[in-house]
Amino acid sequence: MHKPRMHLVASFDIAHLQYLDDRGRATQELPDFATPDMLQALYRQMALARLVDDRAVKLQRTGRLGTYPSSLGQEAIGVGTGSAMDSEDVYCPYYRETGALLERGVQIEEILAIWGGDERGQCFEHAPRDLPLCIPIATQLLHAAGIAFALKYKNAHFDEPPRVAVTSAGDGATSRGDFYEALNLAGVWKLPVVFVINNNQWAISVARGAQTASRTIAQKAVAAGIPGLQVDGNDVIAVRAAVADAAERARRGEGPTLIEALSYRLCDHTTADDASRYRPPEELAQAEKSEPLARLARFLESEGHWNGDAETELQRELAEILEREVRAYSDCPKDRPTAIFDHLYAELPEALYEQYDELAARGEAR
Amino acid sequence: MAEITLLEAVTQALAYELAADERVLVFGQDVGANGGVFRATEGLQKKFGAERVLDTPLAETMIAGIAVGMAAQGLRPVAEFQFMGFIYPGLDQILSHAARFRNRTRGRLSCPIVYRAPYGGGIHAPEHHSESTEALFAHIPGLRVVVPSSPARAYGLLLAAIRDPDPVLFLEPKRIYRAAKQEVPDSGEALPLDRCFRLREGADITLVSWGASLKETLAAAEQLAEEGIEAEVIDPATLKPLDIHSIVDSVEKTGRCAVVHEAARTGGLGAEIVAQINDYAFDLLRAPVQRVTGYDTVMPYYQLEDCYLPDVERILAGARAALDYPNGGGR
Repeated sequence: MHKPRMHLVASFDIAHLQYLDDRGRATQELPDFATPDMLQALYRQMALARLVDDRAVKLQRTGRLGTYPSSLGQEAIGVGTGSAMDSEDVYCPYYRETGALLERGVQIEEILAIWGGDERGQCFEHAPRDLPLCIPIATQLLHAAGIAFALKYKNAHFDEPPRVAVTSAGDGATSRGDFYEALNLAGVWKLPVVFVINNNQWAISVARGAQTASRTIAQKAVAAGIPGLQVDGNDVIAVRAAVADAAERARRGEGPTLIEALSYRLCDHTTADDASRYRPPEELAQAEKSEPLARLARFLESEGHWNGDAETELQRELAEILEREVRAYSDCPKDRPTAIFDHLYAELPEALYEQYDELAARGEAR
Repeated sequence: MAEITLLEAVTQALAYELAADERVLVFGQDVGANGGVFRATEGLQKKFGAERVLDTPLAETMIAGIAVGMAAQGLRPVAEFQFMGFIYPGLDQILSHAARFRNRTRGRLSCPIVYRAPYGGGIHAPEHHSESTEALFAHIPGLRVVVPSSPARAYGLLLAAIRDPDPVLFLEPKRIYRAAKQEVPDSGEALPLDRCFRLREGADITLVSWGASLKETLAAAEQLAEEGIEAEVIDPATLKPLDIHSIVDSVEKTGRCAVVHEAARTGGLGAEIVAQINDYAFDLLRAPVQRVTGYDTVMPYYQLEDCYLPDVERILAGARAALDYPNGGGR
């Protein structure tokens, strides 16, 4: 059988970025931003995210919070992403995002309110441009593309400074059409947007290997004609460096980037899930060895910038913050029943007056 | 002043608002260089540039989703779905996000978006090109659903929809895109949303319809008039939220009513209108409210579409069932 001759029309490579290995040793020269102060600040935010998640799970277990998605083990992705953004940039989060939300200035009380069943948590008093947490999978990636268009348009037409949209999703989200549609548009319209994928190996019970035959998620960028990069998602320096670099490219008008951050979901999908039903215990034990906090602490210790006393002092400070926020959440009175009508439309349509009055009358009676 | 079609009135409204407000964008499949498959956006890209009148890749979920992001950043996107039959990939974005952003953020972010789609049957098009599923969308809290039925109403209601601070699904009855011409001054004056239009006065029966079906409904009213029966014809125009009180005011006068729509009967808007007439005017009804609708079948391929769509004869039968009740009740 004669084998036809063909010539190569396209090929690709996917690079992987890491600065700290899982024992906290530098694998290459660190980027300029990685000063001791900055690394301590990143460590602090990751520690705070972990405490918030831990407390939220406990609040759920004791009936004081609804279903909650912890980001245990993935703190470097959120914190690294959030810290790489300018405050004027716009963040479009998915739902497993404690670290990034804290970096963006979202209050712990607001995070708790969202999962405690109160829309007021989405008000994001200190991050007023950012989108609310998004629960339907991958849909926020399209919002980010639209926002990126708006930022580019407002830069050109309304003389606003160049800004960037940053969005996040899990590995499962990359199987959805929304993901491909967002990447495709961002590529062809050269939009200033950074897509960060938290590849934590599990979409509830579906393992990464059952999700896609693609060797990496980063290479899904290739079909959209945009750069794709894989980073060690448990290395906060690598995440921050990759996102900051992609954001700068976008700001310069060079278009979007897809970043796959490799990590591992050390927790259940949410408090409504029990990962022991499907997750091999030996895989979990192995993954625990490369979690992001211990690795950064080890590195800082080895450089003489961290020790047991500093850790104790940090934990004390963070516990105080957490107590204050949990109290604020717990003390916040339930919203008025009629609030469910107040922001349905800019103005309540006449067609809804009767239903509003009915609920208002019942509210008063109680 | 030249007379224009409903289709040209859509173009005129888009052009007016593109010129008046730099935040307004028009985008969708083939809306730019080609001017839209029906030519609703004819000439707009040439006049306003490819940055404001944009051809998108072929992906309806994307079209619906980027509008949410654009609107949340203060722009005024007008997104086109090429046909209502292809809107469903975008339903998730419309239902889960566009209609909810304001509520979800307690007023912090909102989605002033217009989603346009040609809709309805009767143009001998392939499958999926003749849908009337407005009731699916009228069920969604936080959304407006608007259907014009004349060039003047297309112009005035589309301006209102673009200026409205909340998302609007603007369904354009393509069967009457070019059916009639009318003088429509390019005054920039919007017509009110959430308000019925009374298209014909009469004291004997109220006929409620919207979009292309109004053509046959008005024809049926003329035939009744020849028999000395005066029908009042009401066009709700905004199907959600519904101005039921204008319909009820008419029914209080006539005591009889028939609702006409192309869409399938079960769970259609007609059912909601009947229920609300019962809520507010049961004592004044002299006959059960009749529904003249498409059948609860799949919209047929075009050889049989005339059997599906309510025609003058079926509308007259529905009206007579109400007029002759109790003697001529039922169908």
